[in-house]
Amino acid sequence: MDDFIAARSQMALSLGFHIIFSCIGMVMPFFMATSHYLWLRTKNPVYINITKAWSKGVAIFFATGAVSGTVLSFELGLLWPKFMEHAGPIFGMPFSLEGTAFFIEAIALGFFLYGWNRFHPWFHWFTGIVVGVSGLASGILVVSANGWMNSPSGFDYLNGQYLNIDPIKALFNDAWFSQALHMSIAAFVATGFAVAGIHAYMILRKRDVRFHLTAFKIAVVYASIAAILQPLSGDHSAKDVAHRQPAKLAAMEAHFKTGKRVPLIIGGLPDAQNEKVDYAIEIPGGLSFMINGDWNSEIKGLDQFAEQDRPPVLITHIAFQIMVGLGMFMMLLGIFYLFVVWKKKRWIEQKWLLWLFTAATPMGFIAVEAGWTVTEVGRQPWIIYGIMRTADAVTPMPGIAYSFYLYTAVYISLSVIVTFLLYRQIKMVGKLYGTSDANT
Amino acid sequence: MLYVVIFYLWVAILFYLLFAGADFGAGIIELLTSKKNRNKTKRTMYRAIGPIWEANHMWLIITVVILFVGFPKIYSAMSVYLHIPLTIMLFGIIARGTAFTFRHYDAVEDEMQLLYSRIFELSSFVTPLFLGIIAGSSVSGHIDPNANTFVDAYIYSWLNWFSVAVGLFTVAICGFLAAIYLIGEVADEHEKSRFIQKAKMMNIAAVICGSIVFMAAYAENIPLADWMFGNTVGISAISAATVSLILLWYFLYKGKTRILRVLAGFQVLMILGAATFRHLPNIIILKGGSYLSLIEHSGQEKAINALGWALLIGSVFILPALFYLIYSFQKNSVRASL
Ligand code: HDD
Ligand code: HEM
Ligand code: HEM
Repeated sequence: MDDFIAARSQMALSLGFHIIFSCIGMVMPFFMATSHYLWLRTKNPVYINITKAWSKGVAIFFATGAVSGTVLSFELGLLWPKFMEHAGPIFGMPFSLEGTAFFIEAIALGFFLYGWNRFHPWFHWFTGIVVGVSGLASGILVVSANGWMNSPSGFDYLNGQYLNIDPIKALFNDAWFSQALHMSIAAFVATGFAVAGIHAYMILRKRDVRFHLTAFKIAVVYASIAAILQPLSGDHSAKDVAHRQPAKLAAMEAHFKTGKRVPLIIGGLPDAQNEKVDYAIEIPGGLSFMINGDWNSEIKGLDQFAEQDRPPVLITHIAFQIMVGLGMFMMLLGIFYLFVVWKKKRWIEQKWLLWLFTAATPMGFIAVEAGWTVTEVGRQPWIIYGIMRTADAVTPMPGIAYSFYLYTAVYISLSVIVTFLLYRQIKMVGKLYGTSDANT
Repeated sequence: MLYVVIFYLWVAILFYLLFAGADFGAGIIELLTSKKNRNKTKRTMYRAIGPIWEANHMWLIITVVILFVGFPKIYSAMSVYLHIPLTIMLFGIIARGTAFTFRHYDAVEDEMQLLYSRIFELSSFVTPLFLGIIAGSSVSGHIDPNANTFVDAYIYSWLNWFSVAVGLFTVAICGFLAAIYLIGEVADEHEKSRFIQKAKMMNIAAVICGSIVFMAAYAENIPLADWMFGNTVGISAISAATVSLILLWYFLYKGKTRILRVLAGFQVLMILGAATFRHLPNIIILKGGSYLSLIEHSGQEKAINALGWALLIGSVFILPALFYLIYSFQKNSVRASL
């Protein structure tokens, strides 16, 4: 394997691994706090059992998220030393603030996980909220750093030098808001559907039904609301991308030739060589309308960019279709669930509804991975958009392929162990919390 | 502001060495504990380091962030030439952190426990070893930007007697810190005397490794003795460390835990102080004697200012919360062990 490809793959692997844990770390504290709150208010033991069961899962995910994040902060330099040498001081602001957020998160987590029966119950509850809020804050900050790579600002680039650095401007770059909003909601969608799906499946298996049904109801409300908001935020992101990274938009939409009344392409296999898309459904003028609100407006195509400045179209387009497809499906499911709660309460325990949610378990996370693929592959060949090429940033050390294989092996083993542990946790719910149906 | 940032960098390294060091050391102590007592040690350890484990390793992240925001050239040079030991250290961190957590949170207790424990103990040794190797290499003068073979550029930069000796010394210090820390975490007299025994052993190991570091430095023409003894600050720090060592042994016999912790922390502070005072701000010494300096190779002023403010404001939030965390679990932990 070519060293450059290996470095990119290793970065993608590490980030793709970390993002799963960070989504859970950002969102689960809110789920736990909800159930914890219901316990403190109602003293119904099922709520405390759910809180405790979840907190054990979270501890496992948190540790994995923390170590994979630590690895990332080194990996940026290990793989892209030239990038970090110039970018570090400019986009470092979010990272230094993030340090504080992580620290607070880690401290609050210590209080929360180890503080049962040691502190005032509401203080203990509050530490859980602090974990969630600081997790969310750190997520927003890192995404702002990524936004800077998409939309660099806060410095002047003259003759290859980075002058007049302004870290605050870099933090509030053009991309930060749309990306941070979309990512925060995505974390709720992904974690919400995953948690709801697992509990739905356990209900279908008739295991500890009361426990799982209560847990399901908490998670699914968050998931549904987030899933409804997500396409709105996605629409905002797409308009934003059209404005700041037209090449990425063109790759997402597999839009080759600049023109007016540009169709929206759904599905299809882009063929970059011949600049056409096979097997696609086209909505005439759709893209023009989505971006500019005018069916006849002009949209820049890939032909506006030199050959060496174009992102890979195939991957970007397919990833985008996957994200949007899953997003639309989850939105419909969310709307439907809220309708059920409102009008048809008794459907909640129906098999087909639970099967629908079981099927949706991995969808949010798949959409997250796909979305990041759009953002990151769509930025290529640039590591800092328009300023530095990814190929110029890579480490001079040869043999990165071996490092990539090693990382792959480590992350695969970790995934296997974490899945195994989670499986055991869920299997033990009945024993640990005495919630088997015989007692209820 | 640059000096504020350098101060924070130094403190972050010191705290990482002290807190995470004690944390790594706990794994080393476990490794050296006989099978019979292992389970007990495991439980003590979990109670003692569980709640602060996450917070401890944040000091490393702060260190990294300060380096890449404030001193990007230094960060990038280390990332390139010390790629391999950094990677090994990272694998150590992954293995250790996850094994420690999995061991406790696995809902079923079976043979998996043994696997987690082996991984945990082994990585508790490897991680500080490579941490020390990285620190040693950065001042060893073996990093060669003009090297033209893979081995010269990426292997000999860290694989040399001096760096390895510093690595072993770091391991011994971690074990020592952990033993001292754990003495105060148990109430049972028998347990206590076991940890006192371990502390003595580790202290002797540290002194031996320390001497090896000096010998290796001498053999490789690294003016370590000059850095340490060639100036009054160095000499006073070393003398203070020696005096505190004698006091430490005295209190080890007495079993006075609080004083022991202070003394152990003080020793590490003095050693780090003596080792860095003379050549600070030059934290990377390259082959041929040129160096990368925290002052000459710092980032632009605005970046440094922003970083400094972020650190200052961050501390206002973090330090009180951290102390409260440590305080409340200290109080409870001693009570729980009674
Ligand atoms: C649960 C996950 C999820 C779902 C359902 C969606 N997205 Fe998304 N999307 C993400 C998760 C995500 C993400 C992983 O969070 C990304 C990657 C970078 C970012 O900021 O968010 C992303 C990026 C991203 C981008 C690129 C932003 C950029 O490069 O700055 C666009 C244009 C969209 N999304 C648009 C949409 C649309 C129109 C959706 C309609 C259904 C949609 N997304 C659903
Ligand atoms: C956690 C969610 C993220 C995922 C899943 C992700 C995914 C990816 C992928 C797939 C690539 C490879 C692109 C290619 O080379 O074709 C990549 C590259 C990269 N990403 Fe991200 N990314 C994420 C967030 C971030 C963030 C927050 C940052 C920085 C602050 C970042 C920095 C980088 C860098 C430096 C590269 C390598 C250079 C490049 O390929 O342009 N990523 N990422
Ligand atoms: C979109 C991308 C990212 C998001 C949303 C995100 C979010 C988070 C969150 C919420 C945590 C808390 C730990 C957990 O919940 O498991 C975490 C941990 C961490 N992340 Fe990320 N992260 C992202 C990418 C990155 C990148 C690119 C880096 C490094 C440059 C990084 C560095 C870290 C570190 C060092 C930790 C450990 C903190 C601790 O010990 O608590 N993250 N991340």
